Amino acid sequence: MSKTTDQPDQDRRAFIGKAAGALAAATLAPGVFLHVTADAAYRQEPVTSKVRWGMLIDTQRCANGCTACVDACNHENGMDLLVKPEGLSDDMWDQQIPRWIRKVKVQDRATGVAANLPMLCQHCEYPPCVDVCPTGASFRRADGIVMVDRHTCIGCRYCMMACPYKARSFIHEVVEHKPTIAPRGRGCVESCNFCVQRRDSGGTTTACQDACDREGHKAIVFGDLNDPASDLWQALRKHPSRQIRADLRLNTGVRYSGV
Amino acid sequence: MHGCVLSKGLWAVLVLAGAAALVRPALAGHGQEEAWRKGNSKAAGLQHCVMPTEWMRRHHMELIKRERTLTVHEGIRKERYSLAGCVNCHVQYDAAHKPIAINSEGQFCDVCHEYAGASLDCFQCHARVPTPETDYGAHAEKGE
Repeated sequence: MSKTTDQPDQDRRAFIGKAAGALAAATLAPGVFLHVTADAAYRQEPVTSKVRWGMLIDTQRCANGCTACVDACNHENGMDLLVKPEGLSDDMWDQQIPRWIRKVKVQDRATGVAANLPMLCQHCEYPPCVDVCPTGASFRRADGIVMVDRHTCIGCRYCMMACPYKARSFIHEVVEHKPTIAPRGRGCVESCNFCVQRRDSGGTTTACQDACDREGHKAIVFGDLNDPASDLWQALRKHPSRQIRADLRLNTGVRYSGV
Repeated sequence: MHGCVLSKGLWAVLVLAGAAALVRPALAGHGQEEAWRKGNSKAAGLQHCVMPTEWMRRHHMELIKRERTLTVHEGIRKERYSLAGCVNCHVQYDAAHKPIAINSEGQFCDVCHEYAGASLDCFQCHARVPTPETDYGAHAEKGE
């Protein structure tokens, strides 16, 4: 590698500029090259804090025994491509397999009233996982999505310990099959990222929401917490909702109603 | 005995020549008749990459690194320079038209990285064959 510092190399920049110009000229010639197809749906500008993605989950609409959101999440993000390593017990595999959504049932002992809470990364405004990350791999994107940059994750799992929601998973084994949109490899931590590939390509929903709608439960509303016109904002105004472990003052992006 | 020593020397020369012949295909990746040019990848039919070929050989990792930060932290996924783009264009296909993993032996990435002795970590996490980017949850790679 010729590069020994992270400082920009001005000579190279100049060269890139010239080369890019030359290439642009080349592409103008009829039928020569067309490497990039402009796709308006894809994000062209960096994400900003004008948007804050969030979610409202109606726990009373979330049906007993239904796993549609979990299955859809597993499919979208390639978890269903993972294969149990040879020699690993079923028990151990069950503990190790990544889970971005866990269905938790809570019940009031006095009244017996129960609620289903699909628990996923709560996308906190003040995420403890980001606070404790020693490498800066765990970070909060400008639009509120809490993510792991796998390029800098060293797999220490400190964030997993810090998360009050048990939202993160660790990849223990070499991964053979992974889709282009959801890279995954051994030694990194991962969690729900609000289907970030959809956020950046013009999608308006998440895989879990789509699945829940398909099942007819419509328990999940996803949207922009900063946009008064969004479905999420409307739903939040209509139904009383709460943050799980609001006492921690993390200002979660995922809210629950009916619990 | 003297003759024996000579023949040993001759053998050494022959072995070296043989080794050189084995190394040649790897070296060819840096010559005019690139091994991958003969393949059936999309790139094989193009004049040059997103940048001049010579430049790409030395600096492709810088483009990929820049793009990775743009994508992960700023959400810009359809950049001119993307690893998915590299794979889409440079991957070759077998007789059954199935894509061959781009980092497998003798394939585009492997040829030079093997020659240069530079470890190739991208594909520990990233897909080694193209999978549809818009078909969320695309599972084409399973058939690899």
